[in-house]
Amino acid sequence: MAWVGLGIVVIVVLYVIATYNGLVKLRNWVKESWSQIDVQLKRRHDLIPNLVETVKGYAKHEQETLEKIIQARNQMLNGTPNERIEADNQLQSALKSIFALGEAYPDLKANQNFLRLQEELTNSENKVAYSRQLYNKTVAEYNIKRESFPSNIIAGMFSFKEEQLLTIPEAEKAVPKVSF
Amino acid sequence: MLYQQIEQNKRKTILLVLLFSILVIGAGCAVGYLGYENIWLGLGWAAAVLVFYVPITYMSANSQVLRVSGARPATREEHPQLYHIIEELCIPARIPMPKIYIVEDPSPNAFATGIKPEKGAVAFTTGLLERLNREELEAVAAHEIAHIRNYDIRLMTISIALISVIAILADMGTRMLFHQRRGNSNKKTHPAVYVIALAFIILSPIAARFVHFAVSRNREYLADATAIEMTRNATGLKNALIKISGSDLNVLRANKTTASMYISNPFSKERKKQGTSWFSTHPSMASRIERLERM
Repeated sequence: MAWVGLGIVVIVVLYVIATYNGLVKLRNWVKESWSQIDVQLKRRHDLIPNLVETVKGYAKHEQETLEKIIQARNQMLNGTPNERIEADNQLQSALKSIFALGEAYPDLKANQNFLRLQEELTNSENKVAYSRQLYNKTVAEYNIKRESFPSNIIAGMFSFKEEQLLTIPEAEKAVPKVSF
Repeated sequence: MLYQQIEQNKRKTILLVLLFSILVIGAGCAVGYLGYENIWLGLGWAAAVLVFYVPITYMSANSQVLRVSGARPATREEHPQLYHIIEELCIPARIPMPKIYIVEDPSPNAFATGIKPEKGAVAFTTGLLERLNREELEAVAAHEIAHIRNYDIRLMTISIALISVIAILADMGTRMLFHQRRGNSNKKTHPAVYVIALAFIILSPIAARFVHFAVSRNREYLADATAIEMTRNATGLKNALIKISGSDLNVLRANKTTASMYISNPFSKERKKQGTSWFSTHPSMASRIERLERM
């Protein structure tokens, strides 16, 4: 009987260790995926002055659009995650209007520098989008483990805190169902 | 979930290796029996081939596929958009950046290789790069990256290696039969065992191929699904597949062994077939597109 008791204790201890480590791993993935977003936001931040300079020469009457972009850019690197994402959303719509300018100014559209910046910014934008997606997926996975039984007991014992999802209306990108 | 996919694939690889090993050993015994009336001799050969051939194929598979297909490394300066797309997709896939290769070929196609994500490589034909827009190219790249991150390539590589081992053994068996018929005596051979051994030699390569193709087809569906889970865009992949299947060109340097590695069958005749047979490397385009539309 003593052996059975000992066996149970060993199994429980092993379970606690494995769950604890699993939670730690997921929590670090959450941090890592946030820093991914951060890196991409910074990159986009660095690209914007170049874009504004390129556009300035061609579209002198669009001062307002350019100012909006610079303003949004300056907000992007400060604040809480959700505030920064909000600033990034504003920037994104402002950038769209800049690229729409390309249609109105054929010379600008043909400018190599403009085209290159457009591709660079598309790249940056996609990376931000993918990083967000990864972040949310990781947070969801962490929260599910944190809240479901019996791993929630261990999460409670070591006070693993809930992580916040990024809430952005992704109107154009509906989540497809993957079912087999 | 994707992580379960990966674990499942690793388990399947082990299962596949076991299954094929039994086939190889069986084929070895049959060859030994038919040739020398000595099961142990055949068993020894089979074991020797398994121990040497499979690890060598496994380790050299990466460079071999790239060499056979005539792929050359793509530079970032030449293909900035392609580089960007791959960089973007590595984020949701959470894998290191694979190497990017270009195959000079007017037929639109792509393949991935790399027995683990750290050694991943993706290759695109020039025909594909010319025909697809950014969205479609992203979808194809996501499909290839899905193969890498799901460890599909390890599974396929091992399966190809094992098929060729069985083919070698079966070939030896058939040669021996011819040799024996012209030779003098095989009186010691029991007719029933003889028939079983014969059947084994004929059927084992077919069975191996059958398993390989079934695994291959299944992987294509899953890579399509993973690609869409990453890009959240089924239309891009659908359009890309329609464009790829519409081409009448064969990938010139593709062969029977590498065919299962491509996103779509590299031979246009096979690609245009309506149904999916037991020996198709890929599911039919119609059924892939239908599944994409249901997502």
